[in-house]
Amino acid sequence: MLDPIILIPAAINGLTMGAVYALVALGLTLIYGVLHIINFAHGSLLMVALYAAFFLYRLLGIDPYLAIVVLVPVFFAAGYALQRSVIGTSGQGRDQNVLLITLGVSIVLENAALYFFSADTKTIDTSYSLEVVDLGVALVPLPRLIGFVAALVLAAVLWALIARTDLGRAIRAVAKEPHGATHVGVDVNHVFAMSFGIGTACLGAAACLLLPMFYVSPHVGNVFVLIAFTVVVLGGMGSFVGALIGGLLIGLTESLGGLLFGEAAGQLGIFLIFIAVLLFRPTGLFGSRLA
Amino acid sequence: MSRAAAVTGVVLALAVPALVHSDFWVGFCITVLLSTLMASAWNVLGGFGGQFSFGHAAFFGTGAYTAAVLHVALGVNAWLAFAAAGIAAGAVGVVIGYLSFRYGLRGSYFALVTLAFAEVLRIAVGSVDFAGGGVGLYLPLQVGIANMQFASKAGYYYVALALGAGAIAVAWRLERSRLGAWLVAIRENEDAARALGVDTLRCKLQAITISGAMTGLGGAFYANYYLYLDPGLAFGPGVSVEVLLAPIVGGIGTIWGPFIGAAALQLAGEMARRILGDAPGLSLVFYGALLVLTVKFLPDGLIGLGRRMLQPRAAHA
Amino acid sequence: MTSKTPHTSRRTILKTAAAGAALGTLGAPAILRAQAAPIKIGVLHPVTGPLSYSGTQSRAGALMAIEELNAAGGIKSLGGAKLEPLLADAQSKPDVGAAEVDKLNEAGVAAIVGPYASAIAIATTAAAARYNLPHVVDVGTVDTVVTRGLTNTFRFSPGVTKIVQFGLESLSKINDNAGKPVKTVFIVHEESAFGTNTAKVLNEELPKLGFEVVETVKHANPTRDFSNIVLRIQAKKPDLIIPANYYDEYVLFTRALRQQRVQTKGIYSILGGGASSYKFVKEFPDAANYVMDCNHWFDPRKAAAIALKEKTEKKGLFFSYEVFLNYNAVMYLADALERAKSTAHDALNASLASSTWDKHILPYGPTKFVNGQNTGAQPAITQVLDKDIKVIYPLAFSSGNAVFPMPTRKT
Repeated sequence: MLDPIILIPAAINGLTMGAVYALVALGLTLIYGVLHIINFAHGSLLMVALYAAFFLYRLLGIDPYLAIVVLVPVFFAAGYALQRSVIGTSGQGRDQNVLLITLGVSIVLENAALYFFSADTKTIDTSYSLEVVDLGVALVPLPRLIGFVAALVLAAVLWALIARTDLGRAIRAVAKEPHGATHVGVDVNHVFAMSFGIGTACLGAAACLLLPMFYVSPHVGNVFVLIAFTVVVLGGMGSFVGALIGGLLIGLTESLGGLLFGEAAGQLGIFLIFIAVLLFRPTGLFGSRLA
Repeated sequence: MSRAAAVTGVVLALAVPALVHSDFWVGFCITVLLSTLMASAWNVLGGFGGQFSFGHAAFFGTGAYTAAVLHVALGVNAWLAFAAAGIAAGAVGVVIGYLSFRYGLRGSYFALVTLAFAEVLRIAVGSVDFAGGGVGLYLPLQVGIANMQFASKAGYYYVALALGAGAIAVAWRLERSRLGAWLVAIRENEDAARALGVDTLRCKLQAITISGAMTGLGGAFYANYYLYLDPGLAFGPGVSVEVLLAPIVGGIGTIWGPFIGAAALQLAGEMARRILGDAPGLSLVFYGALLVLTVKFLPDGLIGLGRRMLQPRAAHA
Repeated sequence: MTSKTPHTSRRTILKTAAAGAALGTLGAPAILRAQAAPIKIGVLHPVTGPLSYSGTQSRAGALMAIEELNAAGGIKSLGGAKLEPLLADAQSKPDVGAAEVDKLNEAGVAAIVGPYASAIAIATTAAAARYNLPHVVDVGTVDTVVTRGLTNTFRFSPGVTKIVQFGLESLSKINDNAGKPVKTVFIVHEESAFGTNTAKVLNEELPKLGFEVVETVKHANPTRDFSNIVLRIQAKKPDLIIPANYYDEYVLFTRALRQQRVQTKGIYSILGGGASSYKFVKEFPDAANYVMDCNHWFDPRKAAAIALKEKTEKKGLFFSYEVFLNYNAVMYLADALERAKSTAHDALNASLASSTWDKHILPYGPTKFVNGQNTGAQPAITQVLDKDIKVIYPLAFSSGNAVFPMPTRKT
């Protein structure tokens, strides 16, 4: 029988892993909350960001945590451009078209990465990769602890951005009422692109935080994309607090469920939660306000 | 469509195995027809009904595994198993449909929940030993019409042709039926439709059942043709994506759209492989780019393009 | 560091072949006036999709063999005919693999080499069987590949049952030699065909050898986090851990073991994803140290093997099992072509079945085919020592004893 004392480190593992899910989901929830599109390219964009962080480390020796400073603006610009020139203009406003476009973009990105970087898995080995922090009840790998703190910080930053700045106000307006926003002089296309850019910038940060504890390959995006959707739905589309709490909850469920009922049950549990939330509380835990 | 054209079409379709001497191209036609079946199935729910499913793999996998397990583990006749596959998939459709529609899921929410259901089935089936578990299920090679395994591709071709033609016929019938009209009304404005007295839940349930059953038959055919299944192949997102690409590219909500889309996508994939095949990934980059460009410039699909080209130019100011 | 896949175009191959032919005829009697028509060989692997790494490694191995053969004069019994590779991508999907077989058959290939993955191999061998087209399976370890009675299917390397049997026999010996320190075993396996199959056989056989399986954990492909599996390992405190998974998960798993400071008497993988992998040893020397694996391996005493290893590494690739097994598969095929003196399917199938070819670079017993399986094939037990991979069993190829049990790590 399983020793109950094992539950505590399992819970901590779940929380730190959940923080990673939250990091990936934060950008997705913003994009969904504002543009109302299911961004299938999210996983592939994460993959591209991971490669960027990887090469910055391998070729220029820039530590991934420092690389955040570089990648966030770069990916913001990339996301802005992608939305403005490809995704935004191709949809003719129809939901299904945007879905296909993001799907097409993800296929292009994944296979371009395969062609340019080849298929083998790449990892980095920094001096702190294997370092652990002894919390007494559990040993937490240092990168995971940093990731946990960073998720909290990032969620807070995003919240402040949306709640306290002019841009944030414009974003909230467009999210709520795009047509009305035009009438009060908001450049909706610009705001859409800004939102997509910010969402992608979050991926840039997430990648830097993820790389020391994971790996990168052309298919790595697929590892996180469905879980990110689950977190977004659970937390409430458009809610950062929701993405954070949702991520932590999913991480906990996966961890404890897997421990108590078997790994398959843990994975199953996540999707059953997903379905349950969609059926019984589709607005998620925190509603679909941009909060 | 003129009589003569229709008859020629039918004759040509029947004569393919005789006229086409390449096993590869007959196989290609089989893939297109199978794709047409499932694309049409998706179209019933997504095109006519406007409910976008991202988890049609749930039906495909159910059909495939039902046919395989009944035939292999329980010795049921392959054709009966085939029929059972359709029924089982239809039943799964009822369950998923009832849960989703009863709780009012629409649009992206509906899409996501279907995705989740497919994943749940994938994980669940992967854990069940009698269905092969993670190892997958091998259907033993027993050539014979009774086993739905044919010595030459021609046999498979005719089954696929029947399935593909049947799918188009279902779409044709649906377009002219009351259910079809109600579905279109639901698609255009569900609330208005309900206000006008359309039983939206029942219609959507019927649509998802038909859609599911058709897709399930496709899964059963796949099992008997390729003789190997595993949870990833049967319930994975790859199937769900393929199934929705064809009708959207071909012309969503139309009768021939799924067929045209299926043919176009398979051809594009094949051309990409031939031209760029040696370099890993490039052919799929091309495929993805093609997808983006098609959606950007041909929002009504290929059929929409065809219509625009055939119609006389409307006078613009 | 990026690895480039060798982009060997047909032009390059023909050029090399022409140069090789010029050199090759210096000593050989010039029998024919004209250059014999090239023999087309289908090289089919999952070059895209989730299996793309293994697919590209496999392709590289096959192409290196073809290059060497052509440089050495091609198939001499057929007038020095060169081998012409027709590259095909199975896209990590069995149905695409089967369709590519049809295409290759119509392009007139004499045989097909590939397709690395077991699931794809089931489909491609069945498709090839319809034309009686000879199909040499390079890796495809699942037993079903060679147990369906197909007379066109040949596998030179060992299958799962043989690998697990050999692995367990060797484990017993190693354990006995060390005074039986290991009693309890913890199995961690991936969820798909190879992992589940391996775990099943392990669970059946380990108790017969006196080991106790304390737990078997199945994990998904891909798995994001192994912390909890490691927690369970810590709870059960097994003497030995047996992993059976792919590279990505293997990396995460061994890292987690290190981070959680798990001490066991050994890590003994059966077809471990990263265990006997130069890539893993290079990138994680600390985690890899002392890890043992029962896996495909090459014969370290053969100069040709070392030469191939150097050649592969010069191309910037790791010398992984996909490379040398495919190299070997092509060489085996070439020998069969030489003896058959024909590219006709029946003749070639007969030649492949009757092969006793022993000029390979693998640590096998005498070559003998029974129902398409080379009964001389066997895996090797390797251990990572001093940042290198050493062979422990079979004894004939061994470079020394295993370090067993694993020394306790200083934390």
